[in-house]
Amino acid sequence: MLLIPCPYCGPRAETEFAHGGEAHLARPDPEGADDRTWAEHLFHRTNAKGWMRERWRHTAGCGRWFNLCRNTATQAVGPAYEIGAPPPPFPADDRAP
Amino acid sequence: MTSSRLPAGGRIDRERPIAFHFNSRRYEGFAGDSLASALLANDVAVVGRSFKRHRPRGLLSLGMEEPNAILDVTMGGMPAPNRIASELPLRPDMAASPTRGWPSLKFDVARALDFWPAPAAAGFYYKTFMGPGLLRRPDAWNRWWEPLLRRMAGQGTAPEGVDPDRYEHVNAHVDIAVVGAGVAGLAAATAAAAAGARVAVFERDIAPGGRALSAAIPCQIDGMDAADWAAERWRALAERPDHIARLNTTAFGLYDGRFLAGFETLDGGGRIWHVRAERILLAPGALERPMTFPGNDRPGVMLAGAVESAVTRYGVQPGRRVVLYQNYAGTAGVEAALAAAGAAIVDRVGPNETVVGTSGGAGRLAGVDIAPLDEDGRPNLTVKRRVAADLLATSGGWSPALALHLIQGGRQQWDAAAGCFVAAGGGQAGVSLIGAADARFTAAQAIASAHMAAGGTAEQAPKVEGGGSGPVGQGSPLAPMADGKAKRSAFVDFQHDVTVSDLELAAREGFVAIEHAKRFTTSGMGTDQGRTAQVATAAALARATGRDIGEVGLSGLRPPVTPTPFGALGGGRTGVLFHQVRKTPMHRRHVAAGAVFEDVGDWKRARFYPKPGEAMRAAVARECLAVRQGAGALDVSTLGKIDVSGPDAAAFLNRIYTNRMDNLKVGACRYGLMLKDDGMVFDDGVAARLSETRFHITTTSGGAANVLDWLEDWRQTELPDLNVRLASVTEQWAGVAIAGPKAREIVARVLPGVDVSNESLPHLRWRDVEAFGGPARLFRVSFSGELGYEINVPWRLGERLWDAVIAAGAAPYGTEAMHVLRAEKGFIVVGHDTDGTVTPVDLGMNWIVSKKKGDFIGKRALARPALIADGRKQMVGLEPEDPKVVLDEGAQLIATGAPSPPEPMLGHVTSSYWSAALDRGFAMALLADGRARHGERLFAWSLGAVHAVKVRDTAFYDPTGERMNG
Repeated sequence: MLLIPCPYCGPRAETEFAHGGEAHLARPDPEGADDRTWAEHLFHRTNAKGWMRERWRHTAGCGRWFNLCRNTATQAVGPAYEIGAPPPPFPADDRAP
Repeated sequence: MTSSRLPAGGRIDRERPIAFHFNSRRYEGFAGDSLASALLANDVAVVGRSFKRHRPRGLLSLGMEEPNAILDVTMGGMPAPNRIASELPLRPDMAASPTRGWPSLKFDVARALDFWPAPAAAGFYYKTFMGPGLLRRPDAWNRWWEPLLRRMAGQGTAPEGVDPDRYEHVNAHVDIAVVGAGVAGLAAATAAAAAGARVAVFERDIAPGGRALSAAIPCQIDGMDAADWAAERWRALAERPDHIARLNTTAFGLYDGRFLAGFETLDGGGRIWHVRAERILLAPGALERPMTFPGNDRPGVMLAGAVESAVTRYGVQPGRRVVLYQNYAGTAGVEAALAAAGAAIVDRVGPNETVVGTSGGAGRLAGVDIAPLDEDGRPNLTVKRRVAADLLATSGGWSPALALHLIQGGRQQWDAAAGCFVAAGGGQAGVSLIGAADARFTAAQAIASAHMAAGGTAEQAPKVEGGGSGPVGQGSPLAPMADGKAKRSAFVDFQHDVTVSDLELAAREGFVAIEHAKRFTTSGMGTDQGRTAQVATAAALARATGRDIGEVGLSGLRPPVTPTPFGALGGGRTGVLFHQVRKTPMHRRHVAAGAVFEDVGDWKRARFYPKPGEAMRAAVARECLAVRQGAGALDVSTLGKIDVSGPDAAAFLNRIYTNRMDNLKVGACRYGLMLKDDGMVFDDGVAARLSETRFHITTTSGGAANVLDWLEDWRQTELPDLNVRLASVTEQWAGVAIAGPKAREIVARVLPGVDVSNESLPHLRWRDVEAFGGPARLFRVSFSGELGYEINVPWRLGERLWDAVIAAGAAPYGTEAMHVLRAEKGFIVVGHDTDGTVTPVDLGMNWIVSKKKGDFIGKRALARPALIADGRKQMVGLEPEDPKVVLDEGAQLIATGAPSPPEPMLGHVTSSYWSAALDRGFAMALLADGRARHGERLFAWSLGAVHAVKVRDTAFYDPTGERMNG
């Protein structure tokens, strides 16, 4: 079970959180976006194997949304940061080769 | 009764004899015995029957790897299936029986399977029970085969009733967690504690020391006997309150985030440990593997390490005439033990020899056949010798116990020099193997590396002198053997009866990958997870396919590493604590009225209120007519309620709902629909404007938490510039809906002095009132199509409100009548008539999708080509041609009454009820191009029944809405 560092509450067990998918997706201007752009916004995700920046919500805690670096291949957890804050660089990999 | 207990020796308390039962017979052992060692001391040779061929089996080991002594055990409370006898400390209330053996252990009719071995060959089930044939007719499995096979092959007996044992869960955070309190684990824990770390140590055994408890040639650590040193170190850790040191605790899982799970066995229950640690040091030791040779499963064939343990730890002489068969040098330990026990080593299988068979009667070893190997390395059967013996002590080497390493993503590889599979990276950072689990098989190597791994300094390292040499030159445990019968009696997996011959069959049929061969043969799939089988299986498959054992590799493992009771995993969350139940403040009134309840989310909602002897359909019809002809009362306290406040509350809701909310006047309320950004209907409810800057919105009963999460997502992440706050007030307000032509009279009686005239409070208005000494809100809303009101009062006053409404003459109605009433009006229920693929346009609700306002969630998606294309399923009404028919919800709509599959599916029924008001069955459905099909005749198919239906609009009742607005 992941140990997730909520920026507001500190490290807590994964069961207290809800996963919210990929972070830093800019919602296109609905007036200007063509159908393809909008469909990609709705349905296309990076789905990276490795480090990703993701949205998480501390549902059973403070209720706040935040962003988190997580390695989808190794389950290593990186830094968490507030919504709107500049994303930190990914950490060095956390698992022996 | 015979007994092999030696007159002295062993780590047992001879002052404390313990009586126990096995197979309904009474035996005696001592405190300090395991169930397995006590059986051995009582000369119980046969402890079970094997899984498929029902061969008699004896104890192979005295440790956690034991594949044969898997018993159903009762210890005072619940019978527990599939317990490993060698892992159970002997207790006076212990009663054990074999998991197999029908009708009895001694006379097992299925033993015949062993002499007609075709049914027991790998793949037999797959090949026999699939496909055509007399005994393969469709019901043959259920009628004959399964009951028979379950009786013969059943793996333990599942207990019935409520588990009287109690379990709890404990969470802990430590700096270093150590699994295993052998000398390596204790050296590491001691070094870590000395460096100031908070330490947790878990040991599955009843005492610390690991192999030191069984070593016939003990080493000295810091001048003390190794077992005494271990006891001393353990005491030092256990008496410090900042450390955690638990015996009888098996680490069964290791998960992401260095999250270690252990099960501690306690009197009358147990405890699950959840431990997070900065570092985890795995010191579970090594597992001894048996040699694989013909006849290697006969009772009396034991692991050499277990023989040493029997004498040294338990004071038991496991045999008198002993043959030694090991594939490595370093037999001093078992020889010393046998000498101490007064047993004679009558023969040794040399490096250029092998065992080609065993013999004996009554399930007990009597002779060992040994043959030399010829130049090709094959046994030369012409010059074999038969040695009379009652014990064959065998060892095919030692394997590091890698299970915890592997289940957390660790890898392994064959180390030819060490003669075993060793860890090869891949695990989590901060998790490492130490001691014998790291292939450091002597005490000196194990302690030195463990001490350094835990951050100890060279000066503080414990000094080790003497002790055994460890296995030298070990390799594959697979003996050379002849073809045919020999290979059919050379077992690689004792629990699942898999032989070398089965692995050859797997290879011939193309199952050459280890994971495929495992599933084809079921080798390693028993409750022991193949601890004694894995390496032998790989070796046999390697030989059958002409590959190196390292190339074949081992199959994967998964937690729990050892069987763990479900009760323990559930912990305290049993009975009423299993899952929360939410009840409204008038719940007991519903109970008193005889309500039948349904679950909506976690809520208990009254579904209908049957009179004595009244069936559901009659009760619901009666409740519906009460509403249509008089007035009914529905408990709506469960509706989700959210308070939306702040200067930008209106602007926020304008983005959330498809229709405008900014122009809603204070004192008014409006039905609203929420979409996801993909344009699909997500939830609905009523928004009431409390003030310029404050709204009260309702959601579906089951969707309240999801809606609040959804709103919070948009508030916090997409619309952070809007100044708005959200608060759940679901359990602040209890509510009763009053509906029917007489609703106004009822409300006037419940709220005397409040002007409820149509002029003062028209449809979709609300006002603050006072009721029962508290603040209350009166809404004019309707979900039934009748004149309707909802009164909200503080939760604590809910029961008084309900009583007042019933006293005023309203008849209680439940959620089922509510459904019928709303469907008669064509009102949807989100999640019932929609499924996440339905747009408001599909529902014919274009009127609620604002064309005038700016962006709202889902707006852009509604213009996507796929959502405006022809052929989308649209909401329609259905009238069965036979008015008495009530269609099944989920029935498929098709074009013909005589379908021939594959019949094109045009749509499906989403809601279907009997209407008392219309005196007929009716339904709502999603139908491709449905709005253009009104008047068409279609057919509804469900579970073989077909009914003709007429497609129509959904406004079945009072289509102009006069009743609601009057």
